[in-house]
Amino acid sequence: MAAKTIISRPIYGTLSPQPGKHHLFIADAEGALAITDMAGKAPPGFFDGAEIVFIPGPEGKHIAALEALKPAQLHLPPSFASLLPRLRQTLTNAHMGLRLYLAGTEGLIGQAMQAALEAGIDHTSMQTEHRGSLARRMQCVHCKGITENVTTQPALCAHCGLLLLVRDHYSRRLAAFQGVCINAEDRSEIPPMEEAFP
Amino acid sequence: MGITFRKETFRDDFTFKNSPEHIRRFPFPFNEDAYMYAVNIEPHVVGPKGSVLENLIDVDEHYVAEMQDRALVLAEDPLRCQSLPHMTLAGWDLLELLMEQQALGYPEHFTLERNGDRWRWINRPLGIDDTFTFGDTSTLPYGPMEYITRQSQGDFCILDQRDGNLWMDAGMVTTQADWSLDFDIGMNFFEWHAPVPLAHEKGIFTRALKFLTNIQQGKPARRLNWTMTINPRLDTSPENYHKWGPDRATVTPENVGDKVHLRVELQSFWRLPRSNGIVFPIRCYLIKMDELVTQPKWARRLHRVIRDLPEELATYKGLTRYRPTLVEWLSKLDDGSPTSSGFGPD
Repeated sequence: MAAKTIISRPIYGTLSPQPGKHHLFIADAEGALAITDMAGKAPPGFFDGAEIVFIPGPEGKHIAALEALKPAQLHLPPSFASLLPRLRQTLTNAHMGLRLYLAGTEGLIGQAMQAALEAGIDHTSMQTEHRGSLARRMQCVHCKGITENVTTQPALCAHCGLLLLVRDHYSRRLAAFQGVCINAEDRSEIPPMEEAFP
Repeated sequence: MGITFRKETFRDDFTFKNSPEHIRRFPFPFNEDAYMYAVNIEPHVVGPKGSVLENLIDVDEHYVAEMQDRALVLAEDPLRCQSLPHMTLAGWDLLELLMEQQALGYPEHFTLERNGDRWRWINRPLGIDDTFTFGDTSTLPYGPMEYITRQSQGDFCILDQRDGNLWMDAGMVTTQADWSLDFDIGMNFFEWHAPVPLAHEKGIFTRALKFLTNIQQGKPARRLNWTMTINPRLDTSPENYHKWGPDRATVTPENVGDKVHLRVELQSFWRLPRSNGIVFPIRCYLIKMDELVTQPKWARRLHRVIRDLPEELATYKGLTRYRPTLVEWLSKLDDGSPTSSGFGPD
């Protein structure tokens, strides 16, 4: 769990079964374990109306555990980018009572929430649980490029190459933390790069 | 007699200056010899003749040059002006407010003629004479917010009020003190203030939000905020921080008076009649140290404020690198004698 720092930084909870018939889970990597942990608290038949979307990552772990829940639908896209067109359609066509559960890395939760917000779902009506890597999705305030999976502080912008301070300031709309040039005042100052978001 | 608009720049050769009358009217933000955050909000009512409060929307000698600088910023980075789709009505509210106020305060420069929904707007300093249909965006060259804020000094944030909170859902932000509209758009009041140190713990934002959500139409409020800027640069955006940041390392004992500027924001808050939004103009005033210290009281007081500023605030305001040089320079103008109470010069 990431520590709470400033108010714009998202706070994540623990998934819990919500009333309703339609449940959509979106998870990656260790996020699968948040779903299986929650399943223990779910009433019988809960997953009969559930779709689980799981991005397993290269190691392909946890798939069997999710299959064992017997959801109505289990979808295993290779990446979030490949999921996005289908997810947008699912959210657009969703029933009013759809319950959304997001679990896994901050990048996954943020991007899935961004798609849901664009579909008009309020962020407070989504369940979230952070599991696994603390790696951040960062927007460079200078060139506006997004760098995925940032684990260091400071971090290099993958687009313009500036050395950026990864702030805690977070935008749900962009699903990203803000990166600001760390040595703008004197480019010869190069602070050491440390693993900050493992 | 109208305002004589200066030809000047806020970039490159930095020819911006204040005339002696504008030095005297500068909204000096310290009414005592120390500074700490407070919810320093008061009714935005008309103030003394010759002050920046003579009119509720102030137009001054920098108007034309500021509008030219804004156009340059927008040409380079159109994301400085954004409006979420539900904010168009609030944009019309703002257009009405700014046209009314500018025409009221400066009839020799601005005229608004209304014939039902058919409006004619004459802006003589910028050479504009447009007739349009109020509420019909297709009759203006830009959306209503962008159209009028390309003709009004200061940044403008339009806040939507819902769920007991204020949401930064539209804005024209080209003269900001280091915050990004593009990043913060869509955030609520607490979220976009998240990076400000100390004030959350003091409950400042909770009280300020309560005040702001209760603002009534026709009863605007205001507060002052301040920071410092090296060179008279309006566009101190985070977007361009890597370009202007090096300026902070150029301050020397010899150039303090010319390079270091006090930057004061006159923030006002207005309820908008149709949309029930709040518009939040952030009007920026700049004054270089050489100009400011022509008023001995301000010189003494600024020395004490900057010298004693808590470290977190100095860091947040970006003063760290040049604060010692500035304090040393100002100390020579502070004989230790008392300063009179109140903001104004003696």
